[in-house]
Amino acid sequence: MWKRFSSNIGAMVGVVLLLAVIVIAVIAPMLYPGGPWQMVQRPFLPPFAQDAYPFGTDTLGRNVAAQLAYGAQVSLLVGLVSTLVALLIGVPLGALAGFYGGMVDEGAMRFTEFFQTIPNFALAIVLVAIFQPNLTSIILAIAIVSWPPVARLVRAEVMSVRKREFVDAATLAGLSKPRILVTQVLPNTVSPIIVMASLMVATAILLESSLSFLGLGDPNAMSWGYMIGAARTVIRSAWWLSFFPGVAIIITVLALNLIGEGLNDALNPHLSRKGRA
Amino acid sequence: MSTLVIDNLSIGLPEGADRRFAVKDMDMAIEMGQITCVVGESGSGKSMTANALMGLLPPGVTVEAGKAVFNGEDVLSLPEARKQALRGAEIAMIFQEPMTALNPLMRIGEQISEVFAAHDLYTPSQRREKALHLIREVGLPDPEKIIRAYPFQLSGGQRQRAMIAMALALEPKLLIADEPTTALDVTTQAQILKLILDLRDKHGMAVMFITHDFGVVAEIADHVIVMREGKVVERGRAAEVLGNPQHDYTKRLLDAIPTGKLPKARPPRDVPALEIRGLRKIYRTGGGLFKPVREVRAVDDVSLTVARGEVLGLVGESGSGKSTLGRTAVRLVTPDGGQVMVGGTDLAALSDEELRKERHKVQMVFQDPYASLNPRQRIMGALTAGPITNGVPRAKAQERARELLEIVGLGAEAATRYPHEFSGGQRQRIGIARALAMDPELIIADEAVSALDVSIQAQVLDLLRDLRERFDLSILFITHDLRVAAQLCDRIAVMQKGKLVEIGTVHDIFLSPQQAYTRQLLAAVPGADWAKENVDA
Repeated sequence: MWKRFSSNIGAMVGVVLLLAVIVIAVIAPMLYPGGPWQMVQRPFLPPFAQDAYPFGTDTLGRNVAAQLAYGAQVSLLVGLVSTLVALLIGVPLGALAGFYGGMVDEGAMRFTEFFQTIPNFALAIVLVAIFQPNLTSIILAIAIVSWPPVARLVRAEVMSVRKREFVDAATLAGLSKPRILVTQVLPNTVSPIIVMASLMVATAILLESSLSFLGLGDPNAMSWGYMIGAARTVIRSAWWLSFFPGVAIIITVLALNLIGEGLNDALNPHLSRKGRA
Repeated sequence: MSTLVIDNLSIGLPEGADRRFAVKDMDMAIEMGQITCVVGESGSGKSMTANALMGLLPPGVTVEAGKAVFNGEDVLSLPEARKQALRGAEIAMIFQEPMTALNPLMRIGEQISEVFAAHDLYTPSQRREKALHLIREVGLPDPEKIIRAYPFQLSGGQRQRAMIAMALALEPKLLIADEPTTALDVTTQAQILKLILDLRDKHGMAVMFITHDFGVVAEIADHVIVMREGKVVERGRAAEVLGNPQHDYTKRLLDAIPTGKLPKARPPRDVPALEIRGLRKIYRTGGGLFKPVREVRAVDDVSLTVARGEVLGLVGESGSGKSTLGRTAVRLVTPDGGQVMVGGTDLAALSDEELRKERHKVQMVFQDPYASLNPRQRIMGALTAGPITNGVPRAKAQERARELLEIVGLGAEAATRYPHEFSGGQRQRIGIARALAMDPELIIADEAVSALDVSIQAQVLDLLRDLRERFDLSILFITHDLRVAAQLCDRIAVMQKGKLVEIGTVHDIFLSPQQAYTRQLLAAVPGADWAKENVDA
């Protein structure tokens, strides 16, 4: 599996890019011990004018490079944790619906549809606005709007796996239904869940950026979306203030998408777009 | 005169395949008006040869050497445009699975007309006329209606007839048939084989018939080519190859075929392992405000008994309800009525929780060796999960699992491996070991050897025979193949449309069947006469 993944050039580029972002996020406090909020130079210093500030400074004279590095922390944290929470809601619900069927399925799916009928972003805004904007509420809001597709995917996978003969064999072995679900069915649905999760991290990062852009980010955390939002008024005079965080978002999301697609090809070789060779 | 001459054909496989060549140095000639059977087990390269001729090789697989001369041209090196003109018009092909080979969204008539349209022949009304004529020729009932039918409205045999009509549309000189009857019931298979023979006589085309079944070969072949791992091991006239095989592999294949030879019957004992009384299962589909409910009586008031130490064969065509009966007996399906008595308890009447504790009494060996093992669970886990749930200590269950793996001929070290490391036959042995691990009073084998090649099938049947002697097993052996049933069973029950038609000892059923349906089934077994001659000889 690793062999198939590593032979995929796009996926390896994604891995390298993502690793770079992770490393920057981790070493940000060492690179910029003063933090992202410290004013270090005159405002509106253009990029590449001084070696110490390759990306220039913002409207208040803060180092854009430091802001980008700390922003990486927030983006990755929000992306990973909110995806994890979404999986924790979606996987069990989808699994129960798909495995037990009947009324359980009906109930779980109507509940899921209730969330799907509300536009994602609108719901996220309302949720964040209700619980004061901070990292926890943002993560929760993103998780709450992104679990329904997980539930539907897991349900469909479970429904197809549970009809296979090895599940009948486990039933005949006297295993209880919950145990069959956990030990026999769920392990066989892992591949598509992993693929979906990697793409969800990307979506979550975008959602967080959008929320911060609208000023609904955590006021104590520097984030890429917040940077773009703050730079919006000066976009004509100081292009670099919105350009660099934009590039950071694109690179991270692109890396995650490349990895997701690589995982998809590696884990489901039969669906590979290149065909079986 | 030869219609097609294949000369020194080699087909290369991509790197990482289990061997370098799918087909190596193959020579063969197909004569006009003759049926040449290419016989071999799965992986012998027989289908690859056909696909190469049609230009249908999968990506990565290439023709590396050799020629296939048809009409004075080498079809392997023709440009794609010329190949396309040849396909359908001069060389036609029919496939194994008629459901997937037909376009589900197109009416049968349109699909046949499309063959003419693809070659720019005739006007639309003429095409329709021709299609109608073809449908009549292949013996489909009610041609006017069939021409407007969709594939899903046809039975398997009818679909295969429609495929044949498409293949015949442009009167090809060569018809390639890739296992065209494998997915069909015996009686339908017999009809399709007869149709192919008739059409050959009428049109004088050459037929390359790919099959794994020597019974089918005996029915229709003029010439036989036996392939193994990409090489031709034996060739000759059908009568010679079947009557006097030269190569060891051919002999082994022929020996492995379950023949009409009947094993010595064993006197049945009176202690029942399984008693089914008045079992009924009805499937209801549809039903709405304006639609009537459609009822299928899958099992309709069936009563039968399997004595302790007996192997009862349950035979029937697809849709006869034999599998439903088997699944009801282990209560994977809950019956609508009747009793399933195993060791004094009625499985049909237990609650889910009580049932879970009684499950171990009846175990099942499944048909599909690939779907019946969890790909993400080691063999040890598959064999011990049941016993441990049942209260056997873990160490003891593992010891027993290793012992069973030895008994079924895999070796104890198989326990630590994953299913994908085993072949189909080996997986089926694991399935049998899994059933035995529960110490059941009865094993239900649902088409347990149907998915296997003949030689593997023979080995698994030997294993089952061996095990039943050793452990005094009671087995309900469900199969569509009468030849297989004759090999293993003491008694045979015949089912048709959910009802039990006839039940009796193997000798009674085979030598003096009472019911017309049983006689019909027996007559349809491919190669039946030939097998009988062999027994007499």
